Amino acid sequence: MTTPSSAPAVPATRTAERPTYRVTGGRVLRSEWAKLWSLRSTWITLGLALFFLLLLGLVRATTYSPGGPGLGPGGGNGGPAANAVSIALTGMKFGELALGTLGVLLTAGEYSTGLIRATLAAVPRRLPVLWSKSAIFGAVALVVGSAGAFLAFLAGAGPLQGTDVALSLSAPGVLRSLAGAGGFLALVGVLGVALGALVRSAAGGISILAAVLLLVPLLSDLLPDSLRDDISPYLPGNAGGSMFALHQSAHALTPQAGLAVFAGWTALALAGAAWRLARTDA
Amino acid sequence: MIEVRQLVKRYGDKTAVDQLEFTVRPGEVTGFLGPNGAGKSTTMRVILGLDAPTSGSARVNGRRYREFAAPLQEVGALLEARSIHPGRSAVSHLSALALTHGIPRRRVAEVIELAGLAAVARKRAGAFSLGMGQRLGIAAALLGDPQTVILDEPVNGLDPEGVLWIRNLLTGLAAEGRTVFVSSHLMGEMALTASKLIVIGRGRLLADTTVAQFIRDAGGHSVKVVSGDPARLRELLLGPGVEITGAAGSEELEVVGLTARQVGSVAADHGIAVYELTPRSVSLEDAFMSLTGDAVDYHGTTTAALTSTLRSAS
Repeated sequence: MTTPSSAPAVPATRTAERPTYRVTGGRVLRSEWAKLWSLRSTWITLGLALFFLLLLGLVRATTYSPGGPGLGPGGGNGGPAANAVSIALTGMKFGELALGTLGVLLTAGEYSTGLIRATLAAVPRRLPVLWSKSAIFGAVALVVGSAGAFLAFLAGAGPLQGTDVALSLSAPGVLRSLAGAGGFLALVGVLGVALGALVRSAAGGISILAAVLLLVPLLSDLLPDSLRDDISPYLPGNAGGSMFALHQSAHALTPQAGLAVFAGWTALALAGAAWRLARTDA
Repeated sequence: MIEVRQLVKRYGDKTAVDQLEFTVRPGEVTGFLGPNGAGKSTTMRVILGLDAPTSGSARVNGRRYREFAAPLQEVGALLEARSIHPGRSAVSHLSALALTHGIPRRRVAEVIELAGLAAVARKRAGAFSLGMGQRLGIAAALLGDPQTVILDEPVNGLDPEGVLWIRNLLTGLAAEGRTVFVSSHLMGEMALTASKLIVIGRGRLLADTTVAQFIRDAGGHSVKVVSGDPARLRELLLGPGVEITGAAGSEELEVVGLTARQVGSVAADHGIAVYELTPRSVSLEDAFMSLTGDAVDYHGTTTAALTSTLRSAS
């Protein structure tokens, strides 16, 4: 670059007095943290997720009657019969949708509002934005999801006391299942963030999320038995269900394998989102 | 300094920017003009690294935008469409941007004050008028106290007071030695603030000039003279730097390069009767139209084409 000799000397002297700012990973993280909490929709959606996890678990616990019609656990969470954990986690589907939707909105909302231009002008390397959103929302969804799962279990323990399905927190697998529910909700949140960044549209992202979590497991029932037993456990919704089921049904994955498979699906969506963010025009 | 070199940007088979090349220097306001759809916003998006060029390059102070460690401190930008989440307040929006760079809260308060948004700083941006949204965008552009300021249609939606504010702001920033690059489709507004002009049409460079030169090239200040002997008057007036236009058989001449006073004196000295003597200033808007008219529509018969034919005929 050739600098014309007529260039004013003013900028040089000004530069000397200026503070030196710098974009760092930690700062992008703090910025995304501030962005998350400065939106009313965050508080509302997180509140709703927590409220319905608690409410649905509690309602099911209080209405539970041994030998009654509602024996099978709601929402295909893999347990062969109702137990205190599956009853407490009745609201999981709602929690998944609420947290997943909020995740989609965090990224897709940047595009629909045009904010993405300001965001990427501040962080032109781009990918730190996606990592920060994923990490922050994953952590927030983990806290909210775990809190919801544990609180729902504890709240349901009272009404269920003395019934055949009553379990204490220290019973084998209970802690693991409840933590698995929190972990699954955290990953669903991250999946939402990834889908929103991938399709850049709230409606599209939410549709894909709902389809993946709710519809695909239903459709897999249409497959012939032999195929279904091989494929079905690895589908995102079913693999995630294995993470928080107290007892695994015959063809379901172990909780650890379920975690690995669902984390894999999430990583895949995140990789696609990263590719699109880095490679295409904003 | 902004350097755009051989820049080409295609979206599918549509070429938005074609072999564009120009330099924007510090210390002055450079206007970026062109009709809607000429490629102004695309060029600015490429400069900011939001869109990748198909070929060629755009650099600010010798570097690509992505290479800056603190981009907001180097380049402040206001893009044409709003870049704000309607659910966030001005303070929250600016704070989030400031956090990425470690810019102190004090500076956020400063730019809010500077943009005249103090009264509405905590209101949701969704409730902002077009003008207030524009002010918030400008506050965001100035957040990092950048050396280079890029504003896409900054006066859009502003009231007269806001327009005046922008004008003073731009000239003030340039006077501080900053590079100021402002797009507009309004030639008149640019003439009041800019000293340099880059005009594009259909993605191509049409003119890279100064405002003064632009006016001169477009016909500039001319004098219309209606006289009893136009042929003789023409002979007398012709000289270096003087251009005279006139249709055959008409008493009217269009003189460029002389003042009305000079024309009148010459006519009086030689006893030529003058019936009408009118100094005329070509409006910038007309000049702009005549330059971009071809770029807007190659096939239309425009008054611009007609004028240039007449001029060359003389």
